[in-house]
Amino acid sequence: MDFNLTPEEEAFRDEVRSFIREHLSPEGRKDPNFMGNWLKSVREKRWVGFNWPAEYGGGGGGIMEQVILKEEMSKAGGPPLGTSMMGLQWVGPAIIEYGTEEQKQQFLPDILDSAYQWCTGYSEPGSGSDLASLQCKAVRDGDEYVVNGQKIWTSGASYSKWIILLTRTDSDVEDKHDGITCLLVEMDSPGVEVRPIKNMAGSSHFAEVFFDNVRVPVKNLLGEEGKGWAVTVSALAHERSGISEVAGLISQLAQVVQLAKRTRKNGRPASEDPGIRRRLSKADAMIEGMRLNGQRFLTKQLKGEKLSSETSINKLHRAFLAIEFGELALEIQGSASQYTSRPADEDDDDLGRWASGALGWPAVVIGGGTPNIQRNIIAERILGLPKD
Amino acid sequence: MNFGLTEEQEVLRSVTRRFLDERAPMATVREIMESPEALDEKLWTGMAELGWLGLVIDEDHGGAGLGWVDLVVLLEETGRGLLPSPLISTSLAPAAISEFGTAEQKQRYLPSLADGSAIGTLAVLEESDVVGPDGIALSGTPDDGGYRLNGTKRFVHDAGAATLFIVPFLADGNDIKLGIVEANAEGVATKSYATMDETKRMADIAFDNVPVSSDAVLTGDGTAALARLLDLAAVAVTAEMVGAMDKDLEITSQYAKDRVQFDQPIGKYQGVKHPLAEMYVDVETSRSLLYYAAWCVQEQPESLPLAAARAKRTRASRSSASASMAYSCTAPSVSRRSTTFSCISNAPSGRFRRSETPTTTTVA
Ligand SMILES: Cc1cc2nc3c(=O)[nH]c(=O)nc-3n(C[C@H](O)[C@H](O)[C@H](O)COP(=O)(O)OP(=O)(O)OC[C@H]3O[C@@H](n4cnc5c(N)ncnc54)[C@H](O)[C@@H]3O)c2cc1C
Ligand SMILES: Cc1cc2nc3c(=O)[nH]c(=O)nc-3n(C[C@H](O)[C@H](O)[C@H](O)COP(=O)(O)OP(=O)(O)OC[C@H]3O[C@@H](n4cnc5c(N)ncnc54)[C@H](O)[C@@H]3O)c2cc1C
Repeated sequence: MDFNLTPEEEAFRDEVRSFIREHLSPEGRKDPNFMGNWLKSVREKRWVGFNWPAEYGGGGGGIMEQVILKEEMSKAGGPPLGTSMMGLQWVGPAIIEYGTEEQKQQFLPDILDSAYQWCTGYSEPGSGSDLASLQCKAVRDGDEYVVNGQKIWTSGASYSKWIILLTRTDSDVEDKHDGITCLLVEMDSPGVEVRPIKNMAGSSHFAEVFFDNVRVPVKNLLGEEGKGWAVTVSALAHERSGISEVAGLISQLAQVVQLAKRTRKNGRPASEDPGIRRRLSKADAMIEGMRLNGQRFLTKQLKGEKLSSETSINKLHRAFLAIEFGELALEIQGSASQYTSRPADEDDDDLGRWASGALGWPAVVIGGGTPNIQRNIIAERILGLPKD
Repeated sequence: MNFGLTEEQEVLRSVTRRFLDERAPMATVREIMESPEALDEKLWTGMAELGWLGLVIDEDHGGAGLGWVDLVVLLEETGRGLLPSPLISTSLAPAAISEFGTAEQKQRYLPSLADGSAIGTLAVLEESDVVGPDGIALSGTPDDGGYRLNGTKRFVHDAGAATLFIVPFLADGNDIKLGIVEANAEGVATKSYATMDETKRMADIAFDNVPVSSDAVLTGDGTAALARLLDLAAVAVTAEMVGAMDKDLEITSQYAKDRVQFDQPIGKYQGVKHPLAEMYVDVETSRSLLYYAAWCVQEQPESLPLAAARAKRTRASRSSASASMAYSCTAPSVSRRSTTFSCISNAPSGRFRRSETPTTTTVA
């Protein structure tokens, strides 16, 4: 057991820290070209796609350094290393694992260069948690697939250039996980229609996407026909390790603690209320627990073992905290929490600041598998209880 | 970065588990529970021979010279087995003497603690019911270079079995000092009583003008020393609870696979399987917090207070929840299979509620 960094890792951490000092100064952030300059300089460092193969423009780095990089960036509240979020998080890794040489050449550098957005076409009206029941159809016709069907909750669909799409190429299968095929589809292909959906927080970052005889060249097949489930499973796995989220959670907790300190309840700061203190300290211990769970997962990865169902642990903590922070902030604020924006004649910056956060939890709680699904995974795959 | 056990620690774990399976199965635990001091002489000798009692005492003083991570491995196992014994208490006394004692004190007390001929315990709690320096009022009146102690310590773990006590007291109404008091010293009277956790024994200790000579007073800042010892106690106690919860989860999961109602194993129902999944989340997260705290003891002492509080906070609130979960999943089989369940169900929850130390102050 050793929680210290090696001298090489410390040197790397110091390099990241001094980079941050240089590039993330408060004045620098005000520069109108800040974001463009930032993306360029982290790209030059080869920190985008840090562990991707160097031959496709990635950093070719190790897991430990990647974690250090993410942690330091997150602690500094730095902007993301690239703007092609889904591209970096799972489309790229899936292409690295399953893509053809041509696909790697075509897509990976673009993702690293933040050239455009990817979106994810998995969920359908009838297929959410039970994703493998999906019905969006693809039929092979010569050198093309012809796609018909509907996707829903597709985040970023209206501003994405490409979609990673799960389709059904074979319905005559015993196991519904067979017969699923993963296609990479250009969003401006004829027959693709995007209808934005407004969520309860008032924004419409996701949409319904309709496919009406959309023709997709066979070269855009990712993995094998009928074996698309494996591609999804691997892609989702990249989403679950959870280490880099911890710095963000620590800063969210600090904000709620600050709110509790400056909000007066019953004539004293809310931070002196034992009930509130108890909840804050529970959140604190849970976040630290997530950090340390993450270190255990990381140790496993460093030994070359694959992570599996255990990462659902942090997913469940994460879901709890997303809801808890929202509720706690509203409870501390009391009735003033009802404002969705600060009224012009008030100067209290907390007014209107917390409601949207409190409405934002579904993104964290539902995306990537709901808590019930995580519980099923743990109960069945780890504890060996019978399947539903 | 390596958050894993060494091969030696894995061996320690399996040797310990095997020893307890053979020498202290649940039926034996039941018998020991019913003995006056919840202590079995033969078993105690066996534990001493395995080096458990001096695990964290250095080799120069008859111990094994291992660290707190090793001790936590051991305590997780004794917690799993619900082993009644003063192991935790007698591991804290040498910690006090090793860290804050003089060379003579170490020479005098550590070897007998390591071989089990002496049993130590930490006597902290008083009428104030505050576990910590703020709660100490036991008076120490200066006398002949040493002190005379007057007052009472309450709910002292294993005070009936112990041969020596580490006693924080208020020296001359001023600052806290830690004295080593032999159980058979003049003016010491212990009174044991039954408490909720039947695997543990507690007692009150009355001090009536008990002399503590200057060479029996530990050195340094007593307030800091007491805080440190309480952090160590939190780690040790958490280790037992995590072990007990782990066993709890194992037994309950197995029961959920075996028990059939409405033609299905009850583990198929989400009303049963989801709480079990939550128990797993709790056990593993507690274990992460626990091992980090154990590592901090020697490698990063400045981080220990927060790490220990976080570990124990999570555990103290969750172990009772896990016990009641195990209880409700198995329904009244609990009473029938009482050899295992009634222990498991009330031990972890009842055992440490008194000393639960939420970290609220540290956060806010
Ligand atoms: C903010 C946000 C962004 C999203 N972005 C995308 C995206 O970009 N691309 C995409 O494809 N999808 C996206 N989704 C969709 C998301 O993947 C699905 O919402 C999710 O898979 C759940 O499916 P569902 O909404 O159909 O709910 P359902 O699966 O219908 O679940 C409804 C409720 O039933 C419970 N439930 C279901 N099955 C079980 C079971 N076996 N046992 C116990 N309880 C069960 C669930 O836990 C849930 O509480 C997004 C969702 C959100 C909220
Ligand atoms: C103090 C006490 C006194 C009692 N006195 C009497 C008495 O005088 N006479 C008498 O006849 N009986 C008596 N009982 C027995 C009592 O009625 C049963 O314990 C009760 O019906 C539960 O049955 P079980 O113990 O077999 O548990 P099980 O039915 O095996 O249940 C075990 C667990 O599985 C869960 N479970 C079972 N089925 C499902 C499902 N479909 N979905 C989700 N979860 C499920 C249960 O909630 C429970 O957590 C007594 C019990 C107690 C505790």
